[in-house]
Amino acid sequence: MGLDLRLPIGIYFTLLGIMLGAYGLITGSDAEMYRRSLNLNINLNWGGVLLVFGLAMLIPALIDRKKNAGK
Amino acid sequence: MDTFKLAGIDYAILLIYVGFVLGIGFALKRYMKTSADFLTSGRSIPAWVTGLAFLSANLGALELVGMTASGAKYGIATCHFYWVGAIPAMIFLAVFMMPFYYGSKARSVPEYLKMRFDERTRCLNSISFAVMTVFASAISMNALSKLLTNLMPLQGFVLPGIGITIGSYDIYLWICSIIVLAYVLKGGLTSAIYTEVLQFFMIVLGFAPIVYLGLRDVGGWDKLKGLLGQVADKAPALELNTHTFQPDAWTSAWTPLIAGPSHNPMGVDLFAMLFGLGFVLSFGYWCTNFLVVQRAMAAKNMSAARRTPLIAALPKMIFPVLVILPGMIAAGLALTGKDGYRLPPKPLHGAEYEKALPAVKAAASLDAKAAFDSISKATGVKMSPEKVAALVKAAPTLDEPGMKNQLQDAVVENDYDGVILSLVKKYCPPGLLGLALTGLLASFMSGMAGNVTAFNTVWTYDLYQAYIAPNKSDDHYAWMGRAITVVGILLSIVCAYLVSHWSNAMDIIQLVFGFVNAPLFATFLLGMFWKRTTSHGAFFGLLGGIGTSALFHSLSMSAGNVLGIKGGWLWAIMGKQLGDVPKCLSFDSDMAQNFWLASFAFIACFVITLVVSLATSRTKSDEELTGLVYSLTPKIVDHEDSWWLRPSVIGVLLLIGCVILNVVFW
Repeated sequence: MGLDLRLPIGIYFTLLGIMLGAYGLITGSDAEMYRRSLNLNINLNWGGVLLVFGLAMLIPALIDRKKNAGK
Repeated sequence: MDTFKLAGIDYAILLIYVGFVLGIGFALKRYMKTSADFLTSGRSIPAWVTGLAFLSANLGALELVGMTASGAKYGIATCHFYWVGAIPAMIFLAVFMMPFYYGSKARSVPEYLKMRFDERTRCLNSISFAVMTVFASAISMNALSKLLTNLMPLQGFVLPGIGITIGSYDIYLWICSIIVLAYVLKGGLTSAIYTEVLQFFMIVLGFAPIVYLGLRDVGGWDKLKGLLGQVADKAPALELNTHTFQPDAWTSAWTPLIAGPSHNPMGVDLFAMLFGLGFVLSFGYWCTNFLVVQRAMAAKNMSAARRTPLIAALPKMIFPVLVILPGMIAAGLALTGKDGYRLPPKPLHGAEYEKALPAVKAAASLDAKAAFDSISKATGVKMSPEKVAALVKAAPTLDEPGMKNQLQDAVVENDYDGVILSLVKKYCPPGLLGLALTGLLASFMSGMAGNVTAFNTVWTYDLYQAYIAPNKSDDHYAWMGRAITVVGILLSIVCAYLVSHWSNAMDIIQLVFGFVNAPLFATFLLGMFWKRTTSHGAFFGLLGGIGTSALFHSLSMSAGNVLGIKGGWLWAIMGKQLGDVPKCLSFDSDMAQNFWLASFAFIACFVITLVVSLATSRTKSDEELTGLVYSLTPKIVDHEDSWWLRPSVIGVLLLIGCVILNVVFW
């Protein structure tokens, strides 16, 4: 099938990573909110993980797309 | 169940997910030209995608909820469903069976049965499979709608003109079904497969932080092991079991099992585990269920098709960390009672409150025992005498919501299915909460999509094209594929209402499919590996196996159940009591009963197929069976692959990995 699944997955998790990370940054000072996650800013940390995963999917997909378009 | 307070970010994450799955469906629309594109993905998908979809098709939300529940209830022994009950069968499918499924060019498992045997066996398999997929998708949607209604209740309304009240459950059921319908209708099987892969990553990335936080909270694996040792000793006090166990019962996979059914919380013996689950049920599910096999059949070539189950096997092997470990953490946390955590109590609903609240008010004039008995009877679940006494005392000062809260808190019976959500609630701040809930939503929706795409293929090719309208144009079948998708979703909605209003319907349906599926692997095993197996042998063997399942179930019983739907109904019809069931037919748990039922059904089907095949003559020549039977099919030479990429080599490596895991957690 012509649609490279890495593209939507990459875009999706990159977007989620940015959103969650940004939310973590904004709410980082809210100690009460992060008491649940054992005083860890889990949104910021996990947002970073999602972003790395999203980019790891997206970048190779974009490179392959460019290569195929050049052929 | 408590409602969750969702923040804007949580709603945004949920909505973006819905937007993406719809987007994938619409992006795939332009590739859907023939019936094969829509129903079988035109055999064009890369192996890593079909591999993860193969895993995801099985990893519905019910599996997620159920495995976490079992993790709390039985501990690490739940891993047997993965290490014994899945990995070996997945490797067998890849190495030995996939060449016949893929190489025969059959478009479905029932079509393979037709090619190998005859129409009768195909018809039996396709009808039972079609009904099962509709109910499975209905069960998914019913659970999702109930969950969303509990978590985020919506305001109901009355339909103008008709006067029918539409509640929160109805709104969620219809909206989620319409979303699934939209993306399946646009992108067919490919859409379902692609969203299953997205769902796989959602579940992994949505639940991994919860496991991390839980493990950190209890102080790491070694501390958890210590806690679970105490859990085994206090199992009755925690309402986990009726008796205590050795300290390793929750943390050793094999030692308690080898010691016997009364030494492990599952109540299962070694033979039932190895033969019943590890061979019959596991191979029967992974090797013959079209829902999962369809994912491999959509792969772009034979090599990709054979690698599909192997790619799925690797994450499957380590998935217990994500789905079983949280349950074990919950059991450990419940023991310590840290931050007031307890295993979620069985939720009380409107009808129970209606009976129980007046009983609480009336109890003030009764003595303690009579008050406790009357309130317990009204709720219908096991209650804590101390908490009930405190409630009765405080009742005059409490308003209705306060009384309901205290009444719910007094329930001691555990609601294991609520364990995963209790951890989500405990550890997830807004943001992460949206991610975890989206993971759950994704797996429920893809559960429906997966079943509907298997249903439309079997209907179109194995029932409609075979019996109702043969020799029509491909456009006609492509149209039928789409039309039956709409019908399938509508049927699922109807069945979801049925299941939600009459829970016995679900028990009976699951029971009947247990009967039908248990013997099926014997038919495939003989059909694929013994060319002498005849069509009569296969058909009557299957019928005999189904009959044996039903007979075994009607005579056997498991501890804690009453004679009826859960077993022993023949004794009930004969007017006998529970005590009349012979000891050899009484099992320590439902699970042991199911494993033994499957074992008997398999053996009956195997023996009958063998005997009838020897007594009847073959109707298919060697030429007709080429590509369908092992001894008549040229062996596949994987010369284009590096040796380490060959299915047999990967299979052996995976088996070694699986053995190592079993030894480590022995």
